[in-house]
Amino acid sequence: MAEQKDFVAKSRLIDEMSLKNRMIEFFTKWEVLLVIIFIAVFVFFTIRTPFFLDIFNLMNATFQFSERSLMALPMIFIIMCGDIDISIASIIALCAYAVGSAAQAGASIPSLMLIALLVGTLAGLFNGLMITSLNMPAIAVTLATQSIYRGIAIGLLGDQARTSFPSGYGFFGQEFIAGTIIPFVFVFYLVMVVIFAFVLHKTTYGRRLYAIGNSAEAALFSGINVKRTRIINFTLTGFFCGLAAILLSSRILSVRSNIATGWDLEIITLVVLGGVAITGGRGSVYGVFVGSLLVGYLKFGMGLLRFSGTLMTIVIGSLLITAVLLPRLLDLYKANRKLKIQAQRKEG
Amino acid sequence: MAEHMLPSFVRKALARRESTLIILLAVLLVPISIRSPQFLSASNINRILNDMAILSMVAIGEFFVILSNGIDLSVGSIIAFTGMATGMINESYPVVHPVLLLLVGMSIGAVMGLFNGVLVAYGKIPPIITTLGTVNIYRGLTFLLSKGTWVTAHEMSESYIGFPRTTFLSISLLLWISFVVIAVFYYFSKFTRTGREVYAIGGNPTAAKFVGVNENRVRVVVFLISGTLCGLAGALWTARYASAVNEMATGFEMQAVAACVLGGVNFSGGAGGIMGVVLGTLFLGVVTNALPVVYLSVFWQTFVQGLIILIALALNTISDQRKQTKLLAQRRG
Repeated sequence: MAEQKDFVAKSRLIDEMSLKNRMIEFFTKWEVLLVIIFIAVFVFFTIRTPFFLDIFNLMNATFQFSERSLMALPMIFIIMCGDIDISIASIIALCAYAVGSAAQAGASIPSLMLIALLVGTLAGLFNGLMITSLNMPAIAVTLATQSIYRGIAIGLLGDQARTSFPSGYGFFGQEFIAGTIIPFVFVFYLVMVVIFAFVLHKTTYGRRLYAIGNSAEAALFSGINVKRTRIINFTLTGFFCGLAAILLSSRILSVRSNIATGWDLEIITLVVLGGVAITGGRGSVYGVFVGSLLVGYLKFGMGLLRFSGTLMTIVIGSLLITAVLLPRLLDLYKANRKLKIQAQRKEG
Repeated sequence: MAEHMLPSFVRKALARRESTLIILLAVLLVPISIRSPQFLSASNINRILNDMAILSMVAIGEFFVILSNGIDLSVGSIIAFTGMATGMINESYPVVHPVLLLLVGMSIGAVMGLFNGVLVAYGKIPPIITTLGTVNIYRGLTFLLSKGTWVTAHEMSESYIGFPRTTFLSISLLLWISFVVIAVFYYFSKFTRTGREVYAIGGNPTAAKFVGVNENRVRVVVFLISGTLCGLAGALWTARYASAVNEMATGFEMQAVAACVLGGVNFSGGAGGIMGVVLGTLFLGVVTNALPVVYLSVFWQTFVQGLIILIALALNTISDQRKQTKLLAQRRG
């Protein structure tokens, strides 16, 4: 024990002393690496096409990825607790169906929003209750509800589409903040990033999420209501599915039953790419924010260069695997370095 | 309690997942066959079985991955890539025998599964992340391979398209192949060392390592099996549906996982059996085919499937928990 303490103190001393070590420590942080990759992507596309580094284009591109990036935020909470939700795209479809049908029946904009948020919240709550009441794995339950929610939308909508919306509904997904070139959705997303970062990193609720993710049992014994926290996470995600459904239906003004197909995996990719451990307990909102922008602008740039959508899926798939593989390799590298330094000290 | 009056072998049989499924299937079939007597006709049963043959193979591959406490989300993409590859080979070289095409499909699938397995075992990337990545990569590779084009029926050889439909003893070759796959992997899971090691790793990885199970090897093997079976499924898929398109088998992983869940495979690993998975596949097939009989539009298929999975999952969990409390009570008493 004493030796171990000695070792810890020594290695801490070494770290504090050497600027080089601290630099290595800093540049091998995942969030920092993401920023570097992000800058590299920007430089690459700026060199390759004159249309990339254009403030109008850069702002317009945010229309394409803001909804998905927004959904990644509540998903951080779920994954942080070691859960997963693969039903979100289906909840979005269900909410969009409800909105589209209500709009066709002549509902006003505030009631449309209320309907979407209500449907989403209930669907998320149902997920949370099913998972925690019987203690079933989240992936299995949301696999089933994925079919159930999407199935309701398909069953009720069939091959029809809902395309009549009240005038002015397009604001949320299509318009800019008055007098600027900044899309409303993007500003909305940025505000949410700040709120989520605050909750996760500065409140007790956020600390609880880390505790549950590291050890649900230990969290339970230290007095955290694990069940309630997990239910809140799923309900919150459902609520955000309602928001995303409003933004998405407002942007494309058309609802079909296949709306948002495949978003589950895309959004989980954003979260994991952002450095959140899939087993829970590690990660930050900042990482996911940079990761979301990275994927968004990577897609935008590749679109400008007329890469096919195919190549993008390959790039993003590889990015995901590297994103998980790289920190492990870095950890190994760090551990090796520590051992080496220790060995040198002993010799010296 | 009433169940104490039953002889012990009946009680044991009833406690098994497979018998519950058979009873459920029978209960389901009674009203359906009353409503539509043709449902149980030989030709309709044959049709349902043929519809489910490909899923049963893929579900068996998925079963081993889930058994080892993993998940394989890339099955649909492996099917698409191998299906496209065999379709294109058939288009360019129609002389190649269908059996050889199946072998090619299996080899390509094996390589893709191996890649998954190596990333999981040696890269220490969780299976869900690995296959979340490769589901995109393999689908992308399918597009690159086909350059966005399709292989249609008239570009494929008669012998290849006809292959799954060829009958032997009045049963299609497609079904025979699935029977062989089921038999082989039943034997593998019950009576081979590696098969039992998969159960051990899924049930308790730490204990398994202490008794000398090579965890990395098992993890590679399960993905290798899944990939190989997907390759076989892909080659058969292209022949059976007489076309190879880039989007084929999208979302098929969910059906494979669903068949496993219905078959009583435990998501936390280590529990379940091949026969359960086969019955789970059959159950899905009967329900899907029975929808028109009960005048439900096919649009409700997704919903009904989801509902059944959720109910099966809840039943699994409740019975598992009851078993655990019983065991605890026995130990105390």
